[in-house]
Amino acid sequence: MNRFLQSINARELIRPLGQMVVFSLGSAIVLSSIVLTLALGLDQTAVGLALQDKYNVSLYTYTLVNLPQVVIDGLTIGFVYAAIALGYTMVYGVLEFINFAHSEIFAVGAFVGVEILIALDHSGLLRSASLGMSYVLLTFAIISGMVAAGALAVTVERVAYRPLRGASRLVPLISAIGVSFLLQDLIRLVEGLTTGDFNRIFPSFGNFDQRLNFGKLALGETTINLGISIKSIIVIVAAMLMLMGLNYLVNATRIGKAIRAVAQDRPTASLMGINVNRIISITFLVGGLLGGAAGVLYALKFTRIDPFVGFFPGLKAFAAAVLGGIGNLTGALLGGIVLGMLETFAGSYMGVFTMGAAGSEYKDIFAFSILILVLIFRPQGLMGENVGQKA
Amino acid sequence: MITTGFRQLFDRFNHGLWPCAIIIGHTLLGTFLVYSTPRSSLAFLALVSSFFSLYYFKADTRFKIVAGVLLALVVIPVVGVRNIFYLEVIFQICVFAALALGLNIVVGFAGLLDLGYVAFYAVGAYLWAFFGSQQFYVLHFAPGTQPSNLPFLLPGDAFYLFMFLAIIVAAITGVFLGLPVLRLRGDYLAIVTLGFGEVIRVLANNLDKPLNFTNGPQGITPIQRPTMPEPLVDSFNNVFGSLIGHQASIADMYNVMFYFLALAMIIVIIFVTRRIDDSKIGRAWTAVREDETAAIAMGIPLVRMKLAAFAMGASFAGVMGVLLAASRTFISPESFSFMQSIGVLTMVILGGSGSIPGAILGAATVTLLNLQILQGFSLYLSELRQSDAVIPLINFAWRDLSTQLDPAKYQRLLFGLILILMMIFRPGGLIPAKRRKRRLAGEEAVTEQ
Repeated sequence: MNRFLQSINARELIRPLGQMVVFSLGSAIVLSSIVLTLALGLDQTAVGLALQDKYNVSLYTYTLVNLPQVVIDGLTIGFVYAAIALGYTMVYGVLEFINFAHSEIFAVGAFVGVEILIALDHSGLLRSASLGMSYVLLTFAIISGMVAAGALAVTVERVAYRPLRGASRLVPLISAIGVSFLLQDLIRLVEGLTTGDFNRIFPSFGNFDQRLNFGKLALGETTINLGISIKSIIVIVAAMLMLMGLNYLVNATRIGKAIRAVAQDRPTASLMGINVNRIISITFLVGGLLGGAAGVLYALKFTRIDPFVGFFPGLKAFAAAVLGGIGNLTGALLGGIVLGMLETFAGSYMGVFTMGAAGSEYKDIFAFSILILVLIFRPQGLMGENVGQKA
Repeated sequence: MITTGFRQLFDRFNHGLWPCAIIIGHTLLGTFLVYSTPRSSLAFLALVSSFFSLYYFKADTRFKIVAGVLLALVVIPVVGVRNIFYLEVIFQICVFAALALGLNIVVGFAGLLDLGYVAFYAVGAYLWAFFGSQQFYVLHFAPGTQPSNLPFLLPGDAFYLFMFLAIIVAAITGVFLGLPVLRLRGDYLAIVTLGFGEVIRVLANNLDKPLNFTNGPQGITPIQRPTMPEPLVDSFNNVFGSLIGHQASIADMYNVMFYFLALAMIIVIIFVTRRIDDSKIGRAWTAVREDETAAIAMGIPLVRMKLAAFAMGASFAGVMGVLLAASRTFISPESFSFMQSIGVLTMVILGGSGSIPGAILGAATVTLLNLQILQGFSLYLSELRQSDAVIPLINFAWRDLSTQLDPAKYQRLLFGLILILMMIFRPGGLIPAKRRKRRLAGEEAVTEQ
């Protein structure tokens, strides 16, 4: 036991934790101050007056009151994006290829987890479960989702990508688009045949829907509720644990060393006795595991899933990976958090700031605008090496 | 084995007077079958496939042209008016063939993977939908609250002008999108164009406020139809009335006219594409596609060449958009989803990227699969569901089969399968592009030594 503890590289566990805290706090503070400055500036203009007329509250107060919830929502979705983005970025790092089907791997993870919980719900196990037991069951569902998604990712690589290795760049990408479409309809087919309905609802059990309240903060006539739902805590904590685990795997183990070697130079790595095919499979497995877990967490947070649930989170996570610098693990983490925050801020405040002309309905394309801007002005991403122009 | 056997059989009949006889026989057989059976997919396939025996068999060029013109301008309209369903399918094939030819320039010639191609189609469609409908007068009303009896903004004659305008507008949109993103490497470009496609769709969905430009998810209707030359209906009825069996109405003739317009566009696109492919620009595109770095080294203006491909593909889609808006008299954001983009891409990949006959074959195959075979399969399944039949061996009653299993709704599955299988087993497509074929033959010769 002692030797095991000694063999653990503590630095590799603490560093990502620190990074996560810094990224979360940093993006929260930067975005909050931007929004608050905007609100102060617009308070006495037509925008502020319109709000005053409608709800009898000044723009600044309105912004401040909503801020805690927005930050927490942003963090929650940001960590989900980060977990998906890591799947893209790892595969890209090793193969220089966008695994377009990763969004469906995520969806499959979500479906497996939710179906297991629904089955447990029907057997009555969920309702009678104690609090501790419900956490065990949730963990079980997450792990099942992970395993299914991981296995699927490895299978997809074996069947649809490996035969195309060495072909020109667009060939595996087109195949990946095909896999993505195929999987969407396969989920729909399987769900349609077995349950007759492909919109599935995450069953409510345990205390996940409750909110923890930390008290109220008086602010003029209104009060700010400081609280966080237990769901969000679970999502954030689970994602943090996974990201720490992944960071440890890549940076402090033999397998991680092999992955990094293959990413750097495939032929040389194979000359050093690394089984390149096996490492690529492992990369897909790890990406799939993370994606599957993210899927179940996403279902926990947003409750309703359908076969096309993966499309937008997948694309946004890809945007996050590019934003952080594709191929860079820390970058994916940063990109995910920043993108989740930006999107939630935009979705919550854009409607008020533009007087209803453009609101949260543009949330889904917000990520693309960021993606395009990043690619134009900083194609290597916030912290990546320059791969944007590599031939 | 099978292919070589087929090739021998093919070669035996591909000289002398055989090809002419086969083409005439095939066309007559198809015409007869379609003429005598009102709604048979097989008969329809027989007729449509006669275009391909026309393409494949070696015959005198003059004979081919005469046969093609007769088939396209006489046989299909007559058979189509007799049974308007066939004309609709043919029209869709033509529209998708034109789109596939446009995307083929971007993907096949210049090697830029564009996953948001229908965005340009949407630009053209909304262009005419806005100016050729009452939408201009509805700008200040929320969707669903506008007064009735509004006039159309522009008369039907303006349609022909807008077909040209759409070329310019869509090309400008393509350049605007292309300028920032064309510096990127291929796979990034794919994702950005995908994003652009979604942006256009979301904009169409939400630009009903603050000013009501697109009428939101409800879409714009009615849209002005182009004016039709007056005597067309009468003369058509006089000449072909007895063959069709009933008097063609104005609505029928509109379908024929849109079919002719789509056909004319295809011919223009093929002509332009072939001329450009043989020109300096075409060679530059090939160079860019095969090796960007080498192309730059040879002094090819990379971004300008990519922009040219992008703008050209976009402009073809824009024209087809105007045509679609006018023929449907209704458009909504749903017609321009990501799936449509992938559908067009599937057609290009299936036929063979960079190959003109391939794009048309791909478009025809995928459209027929969608409209005829999948739907026929759906009908067959629903018939089975109503019967008492039982699947042998596993003793499963068809009646208990979930109604969710409706093959017509599983287009994604079809597209996905086609894309994967083509990439793995036949990346060149069903009719590979000529230039590529020559190079592969050379490589084989080297490995055989």
